[in-house]
Amino acid sequence: MTDTNEHGAKSAAKSSRPGLVQRFMRDTELDTRLLGMLGALALIWVGFHVYGALRNGFGAFLTPRNLWNLSVQTSSIGIMACGMVLVIITRHIDLSVGSVLGFCAVIMGITQVWFLPQLVGLEHWSIWIIACIVGMIAGTIVGAIHGWLIAYLSIPAFIVTLGGLLVWRGAAFLITRGETISPLDSTFKLLGGGPNGAVGAMGSWIVGIIAAVAVIALIVMGRAKRKRFDFRLRPLWAEWFIGIFSVGAVIGAVLLVNSYPWPRGIVRRYAEANNIEIPEGGLFISHGFAIPVLILLVVIVVMTVVMNRTRFGRYVYAIGGNPEAAALAGINTRWMTVKIFALMGFLTGLSAVVASARLGSATNALGTLDELYVIAAAVIGGTSLGGGVGTIYGAVLGAFVMQSLQTGMVLIGFDAAVQQVVVGGVLVLAVYLDNLYRRSSK
Amino acid sequence: MSDINRSGTPLVDMRDICISFGGVHAVDHVSVDLYPGEVVGLLGHNGAGKSTLIKILSGAYKMDSGEIYVNGERSDIRSPRDARRYNIETIYQTLALADNLDAASNLFLGRELTSPMGLVDDDAMESEARKIMARLNPNFQKFKDPVSALSGGQRQSVAIARAVYFNAQILIMDEPTAALGPHETQMVSELITQLKAEGIGIFLISHDIHDVMQLCDRASVMKNGKLVGTVDVADVTDDDLLGMIILGKQPAKAV
Repeated sequence: MTDTNEHGAKSAAKSSRPGLVQRFMRDTELDTRLLGMLGALALIWVGFHVYGALRNGFGAFLTPRNLWNLSVQTSSIGIMACGMVLVIITRHIDLSVGSVLGFCAVIMGITQVWFLPQLVGLEHWSIWIIACIVGMIAGTIVGAIHGWLIAYLSIPAFIVTLGGLLVWRGAAFLITRGETISPLDSTFKLLGGGPNGAVGAMGSWIVGIIAAVAVIALIVMGRAKRKRFDFRLRPLWAEWFIGIFSVGAVIGAVLLVNSYPWPRGIVRRYAEANNIEIPEGGLFISHGFAIPVLILLVVIVVMTVVMNRTRFGRYVYAIGGNPEAAALAGINTRWMTVKIFALMGFLTGLSAVVASARLGSATNALGTLDELYVIAAAVIGGTSLGGGVGTIYGAVLGAFVMQSLQTGMVLIGFDAAVQQVVVGGVLVLAVYLDNLYRRSSK
Repeated sequence: MSDINRSGTPLVDMRDICISFGGVHAVDHVSVDLYPGEVVGLLGHNGAGKSTLIKILSGAYKMDSGEIYVNGERSDIRSPRDARRYNIETIYQTLALADNLDAASNLFLGRELTSPMGLVDDDAMESEARKIMARLNPNFQKFKDPVSALSGGQRQSVAIARAVYFNAQILIMDEPTAALGPHETQMVSELITQLKAEGIGIFLISHDIHDVMQLCDRASVMKNGKLVGTVDVADVTDDDLLGMIILGKQPAKAV
């Protein structure tokens, strides 16, 4: 009983009853880190908006257009950050993701521009599928090679991927002879977003409803399970609070992306192509969720399940916490390392799809310096370089923080040099704050 | 204590085990055995080779030569997973816990309970963990915290629970009481007596001669990688054992 008494005594020392905030946190079982990150993100968003409003007379940040663009710009880094979390949790690092992204993009580019049109014809329906598969396989193989060198030849990940950073960027250049590969397949390009690469108002509502139903189902099932095992239940009001808040956030996101209309020029072209008369006030066609954002969402959901609900994910954490203990528990830590880096490579390939589709072409320079943003996103999101600690949602939030800072500074007209200084400073500050948080929560 | 029936086949029979690291013979032609319901103490200085010998049995190291028989059958233990298949469980001196995971995750590490869909079933594991901990350490409450937040004794009970939960036949305990207070040491002693009564064979590695005299049926003493001898604890005194450990000297009465 000493355990519970100790805890009770600590809170009792502050007040006779636990304070309102404490009780709220305890009953909802929310992660304080998550709330902190959301708070920081909100602060950045509001800060840039207000600053823009005061200085330029127009707050451009909290507009549907900017937030929609922000979501698209975050996708590529966000997808890779989900993989980087696993790499860093297991006490490794991957410096090569930017170069591998460029390499995969080039492989996909030549597949759909040089080879496939000769085989199946230009703009054939299968081109984008084959190109994506080829790109993701290329990424997976590259990642597996890195993992094998690290695990079985015991070369430090830092060195292997530092070498990879040079090797794959050079390989991409050799393959294309420095040329830009374009034009890419038009269906493929939809995967990068843009007015056509979004699912529209109706599609967004469908996505939103699926998400809302999933959230409610998770809450109901979780409660039923706790009852079955006779664990402590969350109070009903807390369940309702989390449910309403989550569903509200989903609906808010749908309303947001649906309130960003297509630009007038594209609407005009679309109307001409489909013989629609444009009414007097203009035709309002919503963007809806961009396809790359939906890809990121799927990656988040799948990777969260992998990390929290599969043996693979459990072993990733175990290896990060104590590699020796993991090996003694019968986990094949070397093979796990190969799998983790292969997964990182796969996600880099997927990210290359989004990045090159968004650009509309494939160049060997694509993804330059991405490795630093991906690592920064994971670290800002609370992944500990000491290993064993990190979450998928944290890394994605970290990616959003990074991208928000950059977008915000562009909007209010900071120099590129100033942007670099700020982003670098924020990275260091974020890790420092994280250390403080960890120390105080121990 | 010497009512162990040693006429049948031993649970474990390690014969002529050798392993060397870079020219150092860490274990040099050592043979030990263990019968059901018996506690065999492994004694020796630091670096005498006791932990190394035991890590061969638990699959952490691969021996260079020698044979291991489990229940009379020649066994091929190449990894911790193999050892577990022979119902050999180990409580390591370092405890071998992943500090960032909670008690249930550590208890089931490598052998997670899964739902029909193949997903890890945390609630079922926590429920099982609560049951076994209620038996071993009824005060234990911190099921949601990572084990880094636990005290030495609590961590030890997690490591012990892991070995006991999976119905070990052969239990290896490497310095199980080194980091414990008197109360918890008493708890471990009681547990050993109880497991012994259930017919489990236990290798107990210890520095503490009192522990060995009190808990063990036989003691095997190692020095510089070699086996000094194996004695019936009832036949020897503390000083005899000390002589074996320090001087590598066979006691007069030894078998």
